[in-house]
Amino acid sequence: MARLTLAAGEWVELRGANGSGKTTLLRALCGLLPREGKIQCRGRIAFVGHRNGNAGLLTPLENLRWHRRLHDVPAVDAELLDALEHVGLLRVAAQPVQQLSQGQQRRLALARLLLSDAEVWLLDEPYAALDVAASGLLDELLAAHCRKGGAALVSSHSPLALANRVIDLSWDDFPSAGRTAADSAQAIA
Amino acid sequence: MSAFTGQLVRELQLAGRARADVLNPVIFLLLAITLFALALEGKPEVLREHAPSILWVLVLLTNMLALDGMFRRDLDDGSLEQLLLPPAAAGIALLDKLLVQWLVTGLLIVLLSPLLGMILNLPATVYPLLALVLLAGTPAVSFIGAIGAALTAGARRGSALLALLVLPMLVPVLIFGVSAVNRALEGEAPRAELYWLGAISLASLMAAPFATQAGLRITLEQ
Repeated sequence: MARLTLAAGEWVELRGANGSGKTTLLRALCGLLPREGKIQCRGRIAFVGHRNGNAGLLTPLENLRWHRRLHDVPAVDAELLDALEHVGLLRVAAQPVQQLSQGQQRRLALARLLLSDAEVWLLDEPYAALDVAASGLLDELLAAHCRKGGAALVSSHSPLALANRVIDLSWDDFPSAGRTAADSAQAIA
Repeated sequence: MSAFTGQLVRELQLAGRARADVLNPVIFLLLAITLFALALEGKPEVLREHAPSILWVLVLLTNMLALDGMFRRDLDDGSLEQLLLPPAAAGIALLDKLLVQWLVTGLLIVLLSPLLGMILNLPATVYPLLALVLLAGTPAVSFIGAIGAALTAGARRGSALLALLVLPMLVPVLIFGVSAVNRALEGEAPRAELYWLGAISLASLMAAPFATQAGLRITLEQ
C-alpha cells in the first residue's frame, strides 16, 4: 500500500518518467478515475490537466464565468477581468478561445486557478506551452497559494526549484509506483 | 446565478455558436423525408399509410446524428473533466446539457412537424396531434440517447456504436410513436400512447443525468 500526505502550505513536485503514472495518480486523487483506497481532503480540489478545460467556442471571459458558476460562486465580471489582466489575456477577453495560442489557453487555465478558492491544487504538467514570463507567473501563483495555507501537487518533467518536496514515481520514496499507486494513494491536505 | 443557470447559459451559447451542429441533423431530416415523398410521388396513399413509420424512424436517425457530438467537444478541450470535478454540480450540469440537447433537436423537430406532415401528405387536421406526439416522445430519444453518447464520446467510429447501443433501447418509443400517429390518422385520440411516451420521457429524464455521468466517467477512464 502506498501513502501520500500533502500538508497545508506544501508544494510537492511529482516527478517520473513517461508512463510512470503521474497523470493517473493526479486524476485518481481528484476523483476522475476510480480508485481503491481512501482520500482525506480538508478542502476543495482544483485540477488542471493536460487539456486546459476551456470551451473553444466561448471567450476567456465566458469560460471563467462558467467555471465560477459551476462551483456556485457568483461571477463578478470585474474580478474575472482582473484575473485575465493578471495573466495577460485582457486584450483577448472577448475572442473565442479556439483562436488563442496554446500558451494563451494555458494562461486562461492559470486565471481559473487565480480565481479558485480551492485549498488543494492538482496540476498536471502546468508549465507545458508556457513562456518564461507565464512560467514565472505560475511560480508566483503557486508560492502565494502555499503561503496562504493551500497545498499543491504538481507534475513536471523538469525540476521545479521552488517546490518543497519531490516525489519521484520511478524511485523508492513512492513504493507502488505507476498506475497501481493511484489505487491506494491517500492524500491529506 | 446558480450552477444550473450558469450551465444552461453556457450550453445555449455553445449551441448558438455551433449552428452547423444544430442545423445539419434537421436538414438531414427534411431532406430524407423529401426523398421519401419524391420516391413515392405517384402513390400518395402509400406515402400517407407509411408516413408515421417513416417519420419516426427518421426522427430517431436524426437524433443519432445530433447526439454523436454531444460530449466530444467537451472531452477534447478538457471541459468535461472540469464539469465532472464537483460531484454535486455534475448532475445539475448534465441535466442542463440534456435539456439543451432536446431543445435544439427534439423541440426543433416539434416546431417543424407541420412542414414534415405536409411533405408526407398527412391531413392538416392531424398536425396538432403530430406535434403533441413528438413533444411527448422526443425527450425520451434525447435523454436515452445521451447515455449512449456519453459511453461512445471517446470511441473511434462512435456514431455507429452509438446507434447500435441506443436504437434498441428506443424501440418502445418508436412503437408508441408510430401507433399514436396512426391512431390520429384514424381520427382517434391516442391517449394511451401519449401517456406511455410521456412516462418514458419522464423516467428517462430522471435516470439520464446519473447514467450519463456514470457513462462519462467510464469514457474518461479510457
